Amino acid sequence: MEQPYRLELRNVSKSFGEVQSLRNVDLRVGMNEVVGLLGDNGAGKSTLIKIITGYHQPDSGEIIFAGQKVDNLTVAKARALGVETVYQERALADQQTLWRNIFMGREITGRFGFLNTKQIRAETERLMRGELGFTSSAVSASSEIVGFSGGEKQGVAIVRALYFQAELIILDEPTMGLALSETRKLLNFVRDIKRAGKSAIFIDHNVFHVFDVADRIVLLDRGAVAGEFRKDELTLDQLLEKMHHVAETGSLD
Amino acid sequence: MQASTHTSPPAPTRETRRNVRRFARRNRLQIGIIGVLVLLWLFFLALAPETFGQRSIYGAFMQSVPFFGIVAMPLTMLVIARDMDLSFPAVMAFSVTVFVLLYQSTQNVVLAFVACMATGFVLGLLNGLLVVYIGIPSLIATIGTQFFWRGMVNVATNGRAFPLTELRGTPFRELMVGRVFDFIPMQMFWMLVAAVIIWFLLNRHQFGAHIYLIGDNENSARLMGVRVRRTRCLMFAVVGLFAAFAGLLTSLEINNFFTNLGEGYLLIGLAAVFLGGTSVFGGVGTVLGTFVACFIIASIQPAVVAIGWSGFTTQVIYGFIIIVSVSMHAILRRRMI
Repeated sequence: MEQPYRLELRNVSKSFGEVQSLRNVDLRVGMNEVVGLLGDNGAGKSTLIKIITGYHQPDSGEIIFAGQKVDNLTVAKARALGVETVYQERALADQQTLWRNIFMGREITGRFGFLNTKQIRAETERLMRGELGFTSSAVSASSEIVGFSGGEKQGVAIVRALYFQAELIILDEPTMGLALSETRKLLNFVRDIKRAGKSAIFIDHNVFHVFDVADRIVLLDRGAVAGEFRKDELTLDQLLEKMHHVAETGSLD
Repeated sequence: MQASTHTSPPAPTRETRRNVRRFARRNRLQIGIIGVLVLLWLFFLALAPETFGQRSIYGAFMQSVPFFGIVAMPLTMLVIARDMDLSFPAVMAFSVTVFVLLYQSTQNVVLAFVACMATGFVLGLLNGLLVVYIGIPSLIATIGTQFFWRGMVNVATNGRAFPLTELRGTPFRELMVGRVFDFIPMQMFWMLVAAVIIWFLLNRHQFGAHIYLIGDNENSARLMGVRVRRTRCLMFAVVGLFAAFAGLLTSLEINNFFTNLGEGYLLIGLAAVFLGGTSVFGGVGTVLGTFVACFIIASIQPAVVAIGWSGFTTQVIYGFIIIVSVSMHAILRRRMI
């Protein structure tokens, strides 16, 4: 029997007013697969991501998680299904404390919606010293993140995605604004996702990064899927050539 | 550094000092406003000891500050989330109109009270719905509702005042605005209750957590699954509820309902919010700051009079305070980003 996909999009379309952002997009992500999503500006990458995370609803098409069709996907539903996202815009609140950022939108609450601040702080403190690797005693769970570096903020966004036991992690331009060493750390982190048996969708403007960590690469062009390759089918040079061809002609051949 | 905690004796004091510094940095706005209060108080005490050395003036503060202070605190929440409500004085008046009319026709004070609170809540919610679902900026939407509900008050009452003398000496009135030990007005107690409730909502409840996030970065909040629309609607409703309560306290205190109820409270209520360190740019603000600022604002007028300056100076000082506090935020924010 064929194993279901972690995520399958069938025939998904989405328009914003006159602009058709996505046209009949099919996308599959395996149970333990890193899919690289490449495409020029305006190819529809961000829209696609926001449909998977439940932020936008598609005009037509189906969304299937682990073989189950899901209707009216919302951010909360997507999360419950194990989707976590590291957004390009990082989705942080700068003037708020670290703990408020890590638990943004799903604070640990007790009865009547009151926050369990003790647990929230303790968890944040643990993540900080462990995953985030903050050693400075000047930083605590109650520090505002406004002074953090780009890499540190990205770390917060990633740790937040990790903490909630994601099955599918979406990384939207995660290397943007990162220093070299931070980028390397990030790519290692994507490899860790694979090793842990989870899946990921990795979007980056840098083809080398995508080719480095992805199992499969999907080329998006003007709102439609222009091509799909397993990484072992082609070399980096061939991929680059195909990308140029797609960008110029709009098709693979 | 780490090793030193085991070996050298001065380490704990260093640790303490660092914690004190951290505490001071984190609560700088609140410490600042309390500092301003203390300095002003000493200043007034020195210049007008015959007024500020007497206990009667403190009784007067406790009597009158809650009338706008009780709304200023939920208003703080709204401003933190980068919203505004200019309609709360009209909501006060309309809610109390409902109270008065219902009480006159049924003589049932509990029913009238519940209806009054419900009216405030619903009018607030309507503000929220206009802002969130129709998409009118709250500053504009509440200018509209402000006129509308003030107009409705006049239509419903024909502009006539209603005496509430019947309620004198009733347990209800005693509970709302009676005096404890013949000195402390009950409304001061209610203002403390309001402060505690709003503090818990803002700092220990998911509702408040989401308010800070929306004010700081609404887009992030939405991406992370915060139910932005619902939170904002509820926020307006809470302001309406507290406005109704404050309006009722005011009317009971003076044993009269006047149709212009609340009209003097709009600007001083907002002034208290901004002076208290709540940022117009969103995401920052505290209940304690607003609470203290209410008393600062209220003390300026009597102080000006007691010191012997012209009463006209009061507004100059209000204006100065607001401009300085908002400028301070703009500058702090620019430095941060």
